[in-house]
Amino acid sequence: MSHAHTLRAEQLSLGYGERSVVENLDLSIPPERITVVVGANACGKSTILKAMSRLLPARHGAVLLDGKAIHEIPTKQVARTLGLLPQSPIAPEGISVSDLVGRGRHPHQGMLSRWTADDDAAVARALDVTGTADLADRAVDELSGGQRQRVWVAMVLAQQTELLLLDEPTTFLDVTHQVEVLDLLTDLNRDFGTTIVMVLHDLNLAARYADHLVAIKGGRLYAAGAPSDVLTETCVRDVFGLDNMVVPDPTTGKPLVLPLGRHHVATAAR
Amino acid sequence: MTTLTEAPSTIEVVTTGRARRARRRWLVHVGLALAVLAVFWLSLMLGRTYYPASDVIAVILGGDVDGASFTVGTLRLPRAVTGLLVGFAFGLAGATFQTMLRNPLASPDVIGISSGASAAAVIGILVLNLSPTAVSAMATAAALVTAFAIYLLSYKQGGVANTRLILIGIGIAAMLSSVVSYVLSGAAAWDMQVAMRWLTGNLNGATYERTLPLVIAVVLLAPVLLWLLRDLEAMRLGDQTAAALGVPVERTRVLLIVVAVALMAFATAAAGPIAFVAFLSGPIAARILGPVGSPVLASGLFGALLVLVADFFAQYALGTRFPVGVITGALGAPFLVYLLVRSNRSGGSL
Repeated sequence: MSHAHTLRAEQLSLGYGERSVVENLDLSIPPERITVVVGANACGKSTILKAMSRLLPARHGAVLLDGKAIHEIPTKQVARTLGLLPQSPIAPEGISVSDLVGRGRHPHQGMLSRWTADDDAAVARALDVTGTADLADRAVDELSGGQRQRVWVAMVLAQQTELLLLDEPTTFLDVTHQVEVLDLLTDLNRDFGTTIVMVLHDLNLAARYADHLVAIKGGRLYAAGAPSDVLTETCVRDVFGLDNMVVPDPTTGKPLVLPLGRHHVATAAR
Repeated sequence: MTTLTEAPSTIEVVTTGRARRARRRWLVHVGLALAVLAVFWLSLMLGRTYYPASDVIAVILGGDVDGASFTVGTLRLPRAVTGLLVGFAFGLAGATFQTMLRNPLASPDVIGISSGASAAAVIGILVLNLSPTAVSAMATAAALVTAFAIYLLSYKQGGVANTRLILIGIGIAAMLSSVVSYVLSGAAAWDMQVAMRWLTGNLNGATYERTLPLVIAVVLLAPVLLWLLRDLEAMRLGDQTAAALGVPVERTRVLLIVVAVALMAFATAAAGPIAFVAFLSGPIAARILGPVGSPVLASGLFGALLVLVADFFAQYALGTRFPVGVITGALGAPFLVYLLVRSNRSGGSL
């Protein structure tokens, strides 16, 4: 892993129509680490992830993959280097798990060169790693939410990219399944050196699983660094507009954010 | 098997699953193709007069057989060829739209593209008094313009919203059919006969000359469409997922629309808008095929089968000769209602 792929945004501005969403963002993704992006709703997190995977063109500035502007690299080549799991992918009606995971092989196949033994091996490995091998012949629409999310992760894994971007991979999952998916992603990072970038809503899970935490506020970079440096009371107040208290997580020593609402909190804490 | 077997390894499960899907795809496509050929052949032999296979073969080979040369060579053969190609083109075009927009209602005959062709044809015949060839050309152009208009109207930043496209299409279809009614209401009775062909779809009077443009269109466009199917399959996972898998989504979509609309338009020019063939073929073919791959080619084959069978039925089974569109329309309307009820029950939007 001497030449890990690099991904960074330089002076990046993004928007939809008239509306500007992200301005002047400089963001560098540390290779072979887990980066988690946090921020309030509509702060531009997903937009940044879309631009980083060249789904959205930059207005100004650029996203650089291995130092080259991502929009100038052939789409197939990008797709072999960088995988993206969007927020709401669609499973065709009745499709089986192994068929869906096999769709991840798309960028590795030409219009004429068809399915190979390599493709089968990649699908089998993705199923094994995500613990979905025993679901291989089941239909995706009859799976539980947690199983389905693991199958989608398996689909991006079959793509065999060294960079993996995930937009809120834990939404709609209960806490057990959230931890399960995050553990799985950590395994991938530790075992195969996969660079992971994901958007998460839960600050405490973000603090626990991130090597590198990025806080976005109003389309601008608020802070980036180790979770214990970034996730402070001031940061949470500024970024989310939430009165809070940050204590060390007794299980990990990482920051644990306790929200202070208007009710139920002892006055001493305020 | 009673012997104790080890659980298969993941790679075995993956390979056998893929082989099973491939076998099913092969069986369904070959089965449908054989059925189309069988019906095609029977429609040459059967009718008011029966001609044995030997006569039909002799006529196809260019021989002169008393009676059969006219009935089979001039009437039945062009009719069957037209029916087959029209059904194939409608089936391909319908399933392409339905798959691309992930909605069975998004067929070109529901979202106004056929209406565009019909409106232009009726104007060409009744108002401008154009020749049949000019009318066909105008209908094709109008279908493409209609599709382009629907596409532009439903275009939003970042791509086309599917539900929006369908609703705008249905609106445009209603608008265009009122144009058709308006033109018809002022038409002379003798023109009505010709114009009616553009409204229900009819294989009567099919000739090689009228079908030739469609033959060329199918030969040129069907391979392009089949070549695009791999990317279309990826687009079923959603535009973003497809783009992340390396599919140039917007470019592929425009290509798919142009190819499917052209197939649709040439088929409409050859036989009129045979009601609901494009709409029916995709979902039924998908049901027959199962979730093992793209339903588009199977839909083309099923469309051909549907038109040939419906036309045979319309000609001989009911005493009077009906246009084929009457039969397909009678089949399609309840199916449309069924789809609407089902999507309503499952709580889905459109």
